[in-house]
Amino acid sequence: MGLIHRHKGLVPYLLLFPGLAFLAVFFVVPTYYLANTSLQSGDIFSGYVFTWAWENYSNAISTYHPQLLRSFQYAGIATIVALLVSYPLAYWIAFRGGRWKNLLLLLIIAPFFVTYLIRTLAWKTILEDDGLVVSAFRTVGLLGDDGRLLATSVAVVAGITYNFLPFMALPIYVSLEQVDARLVEAAQDLYASKVRAFLRVTLPLSLPGVFAGTLLTFIPAAGDFINAQLLGTPRQFMIGNVIQSKFKVIADYPEAAALSFVLMATILVALIVYVRALGTERLTV
Amino acid sequence: MTERITRRELVRRGAAGGVLLGFPSILAACGGDGIEGQANTGATTTTAPSDTTLAARLTISNWPLYIDVNEDTNERPTVNQFEEEFGLTVEYVEDVNDNDEWFGKFQAQLAAGQPIGRDLTVLTDWMAARMVRLGYVDAINKDAVPNASNLVPALQSPGWDPERTYSLPWQSGMTGIAYDPERTGGPVTSIEQLFTDERLRGRVTALTEMPDTMGLVMLSNGDDPSTVDADAFNRGIETLQAAVDSGQIRRFTGNDYADDLASGNVWACIAWSGDVVQLQLDNPNLEFVVPDAGGMIWTDNMLIPKGGDVFTASTWMDFVYRPEIAAQIEAYVNFICPVEGAREEMLAIDEEIANNPLIFPTEDMLANVKQFDTEAADNPEFKETFQAVTGA
Repeated sequence: MGLIHRHKGLVPYLLLFPGLAFLAVFFVVPTYYLANTSLQSGDIFSGYVFTWAWENYSNAISTYHPQLLRSFQYAGIATIVALLVSYPLAYWIAFRGGRWKNLLLLLIIAPFFVTYLIRTLAWKTILEDDGLVVSAFRTVGLLGDDGRLLATSVAVVAGITYNFLPFMALPIYVSLEQVDARLVEAAQDLYASKVRAFLRVTLPLSLPGVFAGTLLTFIPAAGDFINAQLLGTPRQFMIGNVIQSKFKVIADYPEAAALSFVLMATILVALIVYVRALGTERLTV
Repeated sequence: MTERITRRELVRRGAAGGVLLGFPSILAACGGDGIEGQANTGATTTTAPSDTTLAARLTISNWPLYIDVNEDTNERPTVNQFEEEFGLTVEYVEDVNDNDEWFGKFQAQLAAGQPIGRDLTVLTDWMAARMVRLGYVDAINKDAVPNASNLVPALQSPGWDPERTYSLPWQSGMTGIAYDPERTGGPVTSIEQLFTDERLRGRVTALTEMPDTMGLVMLSNGDDPSTVDADAFNRGIETLQAAVDSGQIRRFTGNDYADDLASGNVWACIAWSGDVVQLQLDNPNLEFVVPDAGGMIWTDNMLIPKGGDVFTASTWMDFVYRPEIAAQIEAYVNFICPVEGAREEMLAIDEEIANNPLIFPTEDMLANVKQFDTEAADNPEFKETFQAVTGA
């Protein structure tokens, strides 16, 4: 104890140590190996050697830019849809949930008690060509007689949206929950309409939640491959599918690693732009 | 009520199975899976081929659902019989889900000359050829396998192991077209029809295993898949690409086409004979045809990975090459048995199986099937081209 007393400045670092050590071991080291692998050349039989093979990157991008682009499209649409669904949901639970709040929150998380894969497989059954959903859609004319949902981009985007919805809903709920109801009252007392009070008070105060939610949804969604694999066709495959098959089937580790880096870098750039546009500083004040 | 899952139900749940089984093995690729340690001790003690002492433990690595299981007790009768007769313990692991994945998992150890904790494994022709080529396998102790003479003549000398020095077939199977006539409204007997018939648009799947899909496509194009050159291969790729672009092919699958076929999402597909035999138990309407232009035949082979116990593994091979044991396995597995005399034994067990041409094919059928060029099957460029068409 004496040591800590004498060196009070050390305390924050001691507390930081487990987190930093974790990051070093499970993020910095793997990233180093991945970077190293992405610049290797060779083949699986004779082994891969580090040769500064930058062409892995150009090859990967020129061959797989459609899948890369598609990943961001799907992830973007899924994020927007998840936001549109989650916001009213979170709003309602936060302000109108009353004593049912906890139960309703539990219901949002409930699907997470079942593993990701099983949930997606369940969607496969739900969207079956001879299933209820498809025949209902056909009856009301949303789908033609030969139309189907499974193995289309609609199914893939819907699957992604569904699987990441709680990541969007929960942060929004938390920030809405913290909105001081008196501020809204004050706004209305000052003759703001309900809509105006929402737009000028509640919405801005909940933006940190929206910000966190969109990131938590968009980033993993862009790298997802399960939904495209199970609910889509090769024409819906995303960059995750490519990386998976490059690693697993073709055993072209360098190009797979390069693609992973491209994905990471693209997300990082998108993130910086997004943060600049919305600004975390401004949001949290 | 405790309901046991039969093999047929498992095949039908192939979608779940294929994916679920796939994932633990990805994880296992990153670390040990617990078996290694135990088996290594047994494997490293005896490596000389001339050794004729049985090890205390034999570790067998095989594909899921590829040996008989007593569905009441969940035990494996053939494995138990072997244990009793030879007084040893068999560790039977169903950890081969995919040839590439299996290889990726063990390659580093094999290349470094370390035992992989398995005395025997079962891999498809082209991957078996790769293992032999790279010297990752030990020669079989032939003195311990007199029953190897029961091997059917057609499989006795593949190009990659002409004397069957390193390998012995476990099961063969045919690749052809499966369809549900109630949905298709008639027979589907050619790849051309499968890939272009408008009524089947989006109701068709093909297999992710390149030799199976490309084999059938090349035959349909009039090319010979048993000796593949780049031109013929690329012609096949064009045919396949056209069917993907038109939306005719819905997905590329492993075993999971079984699920889609049973639920009606898919009406016709490229399929494996043994799976269809199982599916027919639920839906007798299902048909399996070898296309007129020809079908494919493949073999999964038993191999002894370097460091495995050669004598004990060879003893197991001899055991499963007894016709009565082979018939016992076949009655459950329903692929094609490579053991001569098994059909006669099968007549006593189950006449229906013995007379099923998908399990004991007729001469005509066998005359119309080809083996895919093992070198082409392992050609990285071909693989990558195929992979690009199948979506990744």
